[in-house]
Amino acid sequence: MSKTIRLRKGLNIPLKGEAEKILTNAGRSSTYAIKPPDFHGLVPRMLLQEGEEVKAGAPLFYNKHDERIIITSPVSGQYAGLVRGDKRRVLEVRLKPDAVDDYLDFGSADPKTLSRNKVKEKLLASGLWATIRQRPYSIIADPDDVPKSIFISAFDSAPLAPDLDFIINGHEALAFQTGLDALNRLTEGKVHLSINEPQTMNKTFTHASGVEIHRFSGPHPAGNVGIQIHHIDPVNSGDIVWYTDIQSVVIIGKLFEKGIYDSTKIIALTGSEVLKPRYWRIKQGASIEELMKNNLTTEDNSSLRFISGNVLTGSKISRKSYIGFYDSQVTVIPEGNKPEFMGWLSPKLNKYSASRTLFSYLTPWKKYRIDTNMHGGNRAFVISGQYEKVLPMDILPVQLIKAIMINDIEMMEKLGIYEVAPEDLALCEFVCTSKTEVQSIIKEGLDRLRKELS
Amino acid sequence: MKIIKDIRDKIRPHFDKGARFGRFYRAWEAFDTFLFVPEKTTSQGSHIRDAVDMKRTMVYVIIALIPPLLFGIWNTGYQYYQAVGIDPAMLEAFSFGLIRVLPIIIVSYASGLAIEFLFAVVRDKEVNEGFLVTGMLVVLILPATVPLWMVAVANIFAVIIGKEIFGGTGMNIVNPALLSRAFILFGYPAYLSGEVYTYTRLQEGHQLVDGYSGVTPLSLVAEGKTEALPSDLSMFIGNMPGVIGETSFAAIMLGGLFLAITGVASWRIIISVFAGGIFMSWLFNIIALNEYMMIPIHQHLLLGAFAFGAVYMATDPVTAAQTRQGKYIYGFLIGVLTILIRVVNPGFPGGVMLAILMMNVFAPLIDYYVVEANIRRRMKRLKKANIIANESKP
Repeated sequence: MSKTIRLRKGLNIPLKGEAEKILTNAGRSSTYAIKPPDFHGLVPRMLLQEGEEVKAGAPLFYNKHDERIIITSPVSGQYAGLVRGDKRRVLEVRLKPDAVDDYLDFGSADPKTLSRNKVKEKLLASGLWATIRQRPYSIIADPDDVPKSIFISAFDSAPLAPDLDFIINGHEALAFQTGLDALNRLTEGKVHLSINEPQTMNKTFTHASGVEIHRFSGPHPAGNVGIQIHHIDPVNSGDIVWYTDIQSVVIIGKLFEKGIYDSTKIIALTGSEVLKPRYWRIKQGASIEELMKNNLTTEDNSSLRFISGNVLTGSKISRKSYIGFYDSQVTVIPEGNKPEFMGWLSPKLNKYSASRTLFSYLTPWKKYRIDTNMHGGNRAFVISGQYEKVLPMDILPVQLIKAIMINDIEMMEKLGIYEVAPEDLALCEFVCTSKTEVQSIIKEGLDRLRKELS
Repeated sequence: MKIIKDIRDKIRPHFDKGARFGRFYRAWEAFDTFLFVPEKTTSQGSHIRDAVDMKRTMVYVIIALIPPLLFGIWNTGYQYYQAVGIDPAMLEAFSFGLIRVLPIIIVSYASGLAIEFLFAVVRDKEVNEGFLVTGMLVVLILPATVPLWMVAVANIFAVIIGKEIFGGTGMNIVNPALLSRAFILFGYPAYLSGEVYTYTRLQEGHQLVDGYSGVTPLSLVAEGKTEALPSDLSMFIGNMPGVIGETSFAAIMLGGLFLAITGVASWRIIISVFAGGIFMSWLFNIIALNEYMMIPIHQHLLLGAFAFGAVYMATDPVTAAQTRQGKYIYGFLIGVLTILIRVVNPGFPGGVMLAILMMNVFAPLIDYYVVEANIRRRMKRLKKANIIANESKP
């Protein structure tokens, strides 16, 4: 067993509303939707006419830049049209589900006996290729690349994140191992599985075979795959590594075991405004409307923020919207759209700060109901050393951000932009006194590099 | 509360862009955000944000400045009464000092505020809170006898030349308060050197005691009169002549402790300035060519504005080194330079100001080397990876 990688830097934000370990099967949503904006850099081209019938696993759209990358239907039913946003950008591809799923058959096979090409073809045909993403850039992996290695994080350290130990058990454990076997065919290097010490107990992870297991301890973002890559096998300029998440590994496993795209996944419904925060078994693209019924502290939607994902990196959705493709968590927190009198002076006993300018550091056991208020105006960089405390990487965050701001591409590369994704610096954004939009800046820098180099 | 909010909601539309007072929107905004943390919510990135903001951070620095300020007010009175040979009651000394120091504070803030608002309105940007700190720092590094017009000049100079021409708080290269002090020191030396540290415009019936000299302990040492130094205890407490905020080591350490615990100032810088000072005084102790070189290490730290500079000036996050390793180097060199300037060039007894200004200029260079080291580590890793890759090729 390899030695534990201990990370000291980081921050666990003590939020209220952790999910209780009770799993419920959600009923079928009245509509499902796949949201193309979930796939960064993908431009959808539709393959269906409105009203057309699709089976689960049948193609919905493909990527304009690479026709091999298709996104398939998570359920069987009828294609129910698009929702477009600004500049006619496709925001949602909606589906009206049948009562029972009818699956497209891709044929079962043992991935160990298949060639790399066969595994690849199966994943591409079933649309599950989209579950595999690459670093740098956090975009869907390019099928022509051979990655240096593949990374999977078996724990999620984000605020209120689901306990992955709890999510994977029973027959999913078998599918998980099959999924790992399939991924093993895709790389000439290793498949790295990172577990948490001491929390990861699930034998599915600790006894997974054909992978290299790494132990991480420490606060968030220790569970982020980007941090793990940095400490295990860092991305140098020109390197490509792939990563995926454990629920996707299970779905891939089921593809090889049963020959179908079974999009079932478990999500944690969390947040201070949820009356009964619990785990739900849903299908990919399900609407959250059902889960919210009689389950919120208030029915006034304007005072609530619905997030698909966690509070640091998730995307804002409406109460009737759908779960994101890569998300296994839905969080509901209060909106902070109310002014606060003399906020800079008051002791703010019920507010949380990672700094010691509030008293929250004296009560580390306390959990907080944090709203979406910015808590201050945007300023130039003044305080130094703040970001470094929450970024467990050998990267100089402020200097990197400044290089991006002045569009100095050479400097960005030198400072290690290939090793980061916006989510890895999400905590920097949280703690920032100057309220700098760190994640959008990182995203902007990565997009610019991708454009420049392609 | 409710009433204030109602009034606010009523006035607000007049300051919107294009409305009657639209051009003063930034001035309104400053008052408004002073009263209320705005209701602005997150729209991208992280949905929740830390409850700390720049206003609160700056206010914490001001809180940390309260102990040396209060002590300085008392000491202003105490020194006067010493000069006329009276042993004053605590309150008597304090109220005497208050009458002298309060106008300086008011003028300082009024001038800083006016300039800051002007820039905010003309440039259409938010009012920076930085002047709240600068305004107080400027007061604390001037003697109580300073003419009020000079306080205004110092402050306006600090805000315009020290900060705004670079783009405001966060963009400046040197510490604005120190820059303004350097400006006054070289522009109007008569007001900042010699026997200016004690109030000598005597009240009726008061007379200077015979042989009274209001020189600071630092000047005493510079003149080679080390034997005339006050006791260690009184230098620690700070009842000796000097600029308003610098004299009390104890009060400054109280503020420093507050800053370090709340994390508003970098303890790395504070500690390393002291380390640098100790190292250099120790070195001089060994060389020991003259009286000045031989004064004990602890007295060096108690003398002059060493502590004040270490705690409040060197730690200005904008002008200090930004990287963790850089902070140690930056602080250490400030300590070294302060003692060096002090001892080797007694023409400038206040070495700490010049040392910090100089290191402010060098801070980006220090950071540059720290950043280069980081880059080199990454290059080395890449090279190693390439070698391994080439070896594994058949």
